[in-house]
Amino acid sequence: MTGHATGEATRGVAASARDLVKTYGAQEAEVRALDGVTVDLMSGEFTAIMGPSGSGKSTLMHCLAALDTPTSGEAVVAGTSLGSLKDKALTTLRRDRIGFVFQAFNLVPTLTARENILLPLDLAGRKADQEWFDAVIDAVGLRPRLGHRPSEMSGGQQQRVACARALVSRPSIVFADEPTGNLDSTSSAEVLGFLRRSVDEFGQTVVMVTHDPVAASYTDRVLFLADGRIVDELRDPDRDAILERMGRLHDASARKAG
Amino acid sequence: MLRLTWRNLVARKVRLVMSTLAIVLGIGFLAGVLTFSHGLGATFDNIIEGSTSDAVVRTEGEVSFQASGAGTTNLVEPEVVERLRALPEVAAADGSVDGVGANLLDEDGKLVGGTGAPTLVFNYYDSVNVQGEPVLILEEGAWPERPGEINLDVSSAERGGYEIGDEVTLLMPTGEQRRTFELVGTSNFNGGGTAGATLALLETSQAQEAFLDGADAYTTVTLTAADGVSQTELADAARTVLPDGFTAVTGQQVIDESDEQIGQLLDLIGYFLIAFAVIAIVVGAFIIFNTFSILVSQRVRESALLRALGASRRQVTRSVLVEAFLMALLGSALGLLLGLGLSRGLAAIFRAQGLDIAGDVLVLTTSTVVAAFAVGIGVTMVAAFVPARRAAKVPPVAALRDDLTVQEKALGRRRIVLGSLALLVGAALIGAGLLGAPGADAAWIGAGAVIWVITVAVLAPVLGHPVLLACRTVFGRVFGTTGKLAGENALRNPRRTGATASALMIGLAVVSAVGVLASSLSATNDELVDKEFRSDFLVQSPTFQGFSTTIGDEIAAVDGVETVSRMQGSVAMVKQDQGFVMGVDEAFAEIYELEMRRGTQQMSGEQTILSASSAAELDAEVGSEVPVALPGGEVVDLEVVGIFEDTPITNGVTLPISVLEEAGLRRTDSMLSVNVTESADVDEVHEALDEVVADTPIVTVQDKEGFAELIKQQVNQLLFMIYGLLALAVIIAVIGIVNTLGLSVIERTREVGLLRAVGLSRRRLRRMITLESIAIAVLGAVLGLVVGLLVGVALRQSLAEDLTVLAIPFGSLVVFLVVAVVFGVLAAIVPAVRASRMKVLDAIATE
Repeated sequence: MTGHATGEATRGVAASARDLVKTYGAQEAEVRALDGVTVDLMSGEFTAIMGPSGSGKSTLMHCLAALDTPTSGEAVVAGTSLGSLKDKALTTLRRDRIGFVFQAFNLVPTLTARENILLPLDLAGRKADQEWFDAVIDAVGLRPRLGHRPSEMSGGQQQRVACARALVSRPSIVFADEPTGNLDSTSSAEVLGFLRRSVDEFGQTVVMVTHDPVAASYTDRVLFLADGRIVDELRDPDRDAILERMGRLHDASARKAG
Repeated sequence: MLRLTWRNLVARKVRLVMSTLAIVLGIGFLAGVLTFSHGLGATFDNIIEGSTSDAVVRTEGEVSFQASGAGTTNLVEPEVVERLRALPEVAAADGSVDGVGANLLDEDGKLVGGTGAPTLVFNYYDSVNVQGEPVLILEEGAWPERPGEINLDVSSAERGGYEIGDEVTLLMPTGEQRRTFELVGTSNFNGGGTAGATLALLETSQAQEAFLDGADAYTTVTLTAADGVSQTELADAARTVLPDGFTAVTGQQVIDESDEQIGQLLDLIGYFLIAFAVIAIVVGAFIIFNTFSILVSQRVRESALLRALGASRRQVTRSVLVEAFLMALLGSALGLLLGLGLSRGLAAIFRAQGLDIAGDVLVLTTSTVVAAFAVGIGVTMVAAFVPARRAAKVPPVAALRDDLTVQEKALGRRRIVLGSLALLVGAALIGAGLLGAPGADAAWIGAGAVIWVITVAVLAPVLGHPVLLACRTVFGRVFGTTGKLAGENALRNPRRTGATASALMIGLAVVSAVGVLASSLSATNDELVDKEFRSDFLVQSPTFQGFSTTIGDEIAAVDGVETVSRMQGSVAMVKQDQGFVMGVDEAFAEIYELEMRRGTQQMSGEQTILSASSAAELDAEVGSEVPVALPGGEVVDLEVVGIFEDTPITNGVTLPISVLEEAGLRRTDSMLSVNVTESADVDEVHEALDEVVADTPIVTVQDKEGFAELIKQQVNQLLFMIYGLLALAVIIAVIGIVNTLGLSVIERTREVGLLRAVGLSRRRLRRMITLESIAIAVLGAVLGLVVGLLVGVALRQSLAEDLTVLAIPFGSLVVFLVVAVVFGVLAAIVPAVRASRMKVLDAIATE
């Protein structure tokens, strides 16, 4: 079953899906958001999940990130199978092993940048590793902004704070859901550049859902989803190759619809 | 637009239910109080009108409905009744023997009716009232026809545990203390019930024997007019045949006198209760205001869309106001129903205290219904007006913006300056009250207090800031990140937090002001008792009813008793003003040394001593003569021989007990002061005295501690009643916290989702919301306690003459704070559970 998603043999698996199915609604109105997805996401890799609206890319991420429970199939994160876990264990897992960057509303408005970054550690009652904290802060270039609240920062700065928060607890895997969806191109480049560096320099594992080919071109590997299935994948993609695959996918679904 | 309003109401039903609840409770309380007051009045009206005949012959100077505690010895001879009967204007004349000061004992020898309503004993005769209906209605059995028979009112017979045929014991104020009669029937006043009073009917000769030493005579005569004769004609005619010292008054006058006496008390109860209803409604208004503010701010995008689509500002405002109107309509209607239930509850409480209110007079009158709807709709509309205006001010472009809610702005500087000025004005008013501005001091202070409360409510976001900062620090220390987040949440929207806390603040301000007054009263009493309680024992009835002089005789004979001083109180007209005089015996001066301003404490014959304030009121000096009209019509000119400093020991007009006796008042004692000999064992004497009064449940023996305890109990009883009435306002305030938290949680759905995503467990999420709730409650409590404390101290100062000691009830204040925290925890339960049940993903995905 591992054959489909080819990883490099030297790298471990950070998260994996086995025959994941997620359906919404009942009987006739049933929608299959995920229709049997099997995939391994490798450690130390920057992976993009792409696909048209409604392809199931966000649902796949939510299921892998312990935010949502699949209808059937198994999701494994950091060696832990999520299926059997209760809310409390899931909460702990998210807090300690997973980092999140959402499209918007990433930060608690009442907390400063520093407090937001340290929030998962504070919740866990752990102390931040000062060296690591400094490294992350310098990487995102936020040192002068640490005392500011989200309302005093630009959208790009807020997303970089969110990235720093995702990294500071050294999670096994960082999930980013359209992290540049609300940003202008300069800010987008900063955030994506930072995620790239976190993979290259810190060996972090990052999984990003996006529909932006430019964003996806920063990654090592792109998985294409359509109608709840993985239909294609690209290694070391460039923008043109992605656009071409996206075009094909779009045509295929248009044909089907027609 | 109307359809949209309706949709809004339906769509947000959960949120609106809570605000509607605030209206329901507030209006419910108001309607309940109005209904109850009306029922109370109706009960007495029915009884008074149902039991008053066309005209009454009575001694001059007597006034109806006065528990004088002393009967008169000025009697109507039977031949006078015959003469009256012979008048052409008179259809019937019945001699009445009114027994005063008797008490009914139950099966087990305990007092029936407790300490509340009076016991009326008289002879039975079939008189008719002003409407021509019988005054008394036989419910069961028979009227008393022979000596030794008795007929009781239904409720008293029931409370006493008596069945027809049983032996019934009456405790008499004079002569033989205990007398037994056979119960032959039960009856009621026409008009239903006795309002808790005990009615005991005897056969005429029996009543004469028991109350008039067997004289064949009457205390009053009730007259029934012949056909076509008016009350006035009847009374005028009767007066022509009456001997000196008697007069005839019309039934209408009796009713008016009774209404005046009772009406004052009933009005007082009514105003007292309405004051609490007003507090509850004001608190409710805060909550309505707050809810609409939050709803409007959450609906910013919708309002903007409406404006973008062409709705005018007016239409947006109107849509919010119509929503408020519908809510008020529903809330007031439900409140009326609640009020009906509440009035029954109040009646039950009063019934337990001995004031019986018939259930069938507790109905919603038109004026109650109108008042409830007017207040409910008025208050809601006023409270919703500002938020409605704010909704209309949303620019259409906001529909296109991303930020979902408009943060309510921080307080403007202008408002802070105005608020500070208002606080100063309030302080100035209070200062004016304390420094003796014209008019009632309490009114000045009250006005200042109202301004303070309103201003503190408006300025709560600013004034409360330090409290919230302290909460954040403490929570952060104790609960870590969860606590800090909670503290921040309470701080993030100061207006909302402030308005929510203000609702609680109002209740607690009143609670703590009352607390200061009550504890000062208790402390003052303690000090007074300490200073003024000179005798070793006091023997008196808790209701200050007169009791048989035989008790004093027996006590004087107890081993170890050295001195017994007797006091007898009586109503009297002192220089035209109705008042109360206290007769004291010669031993009084042996036990009590009054602080004399002028003259001497020693009186003999027709002399009197006055308190300083009474002397000032009567414009009397040592040597002047004061005319005192006593029941029975006797007017005595008393020479003032001394003026003493005001004291609770005796009344402002104190005279020798012999004056009362000579004026024809029946001798009873109101109070005995007992001193023991130096060698006596105080405890043993106490036991012996208890033995003496064991057969007389209306009388108790108290030493200093017991007396102080009794007074403290009475103060506390009142205090707890006030707390009970304020509880409703506090409950409404707690609903406000629930409301605000619930709305805040909905508003912060995405934030909650984010927190859950990054690892906040459900339990800690609940804790976070609970802590925010506690912060709001603590803020309200602290502001309320501070304002209440200041107002309480100021009020005490203005009453310094009566409340000589200022006592701050620190213990109680701490309890209030703890209670507020508990309420905070309770208020958070529903919002916290709802928040923790939100699915993480739904929360994140919410647009």
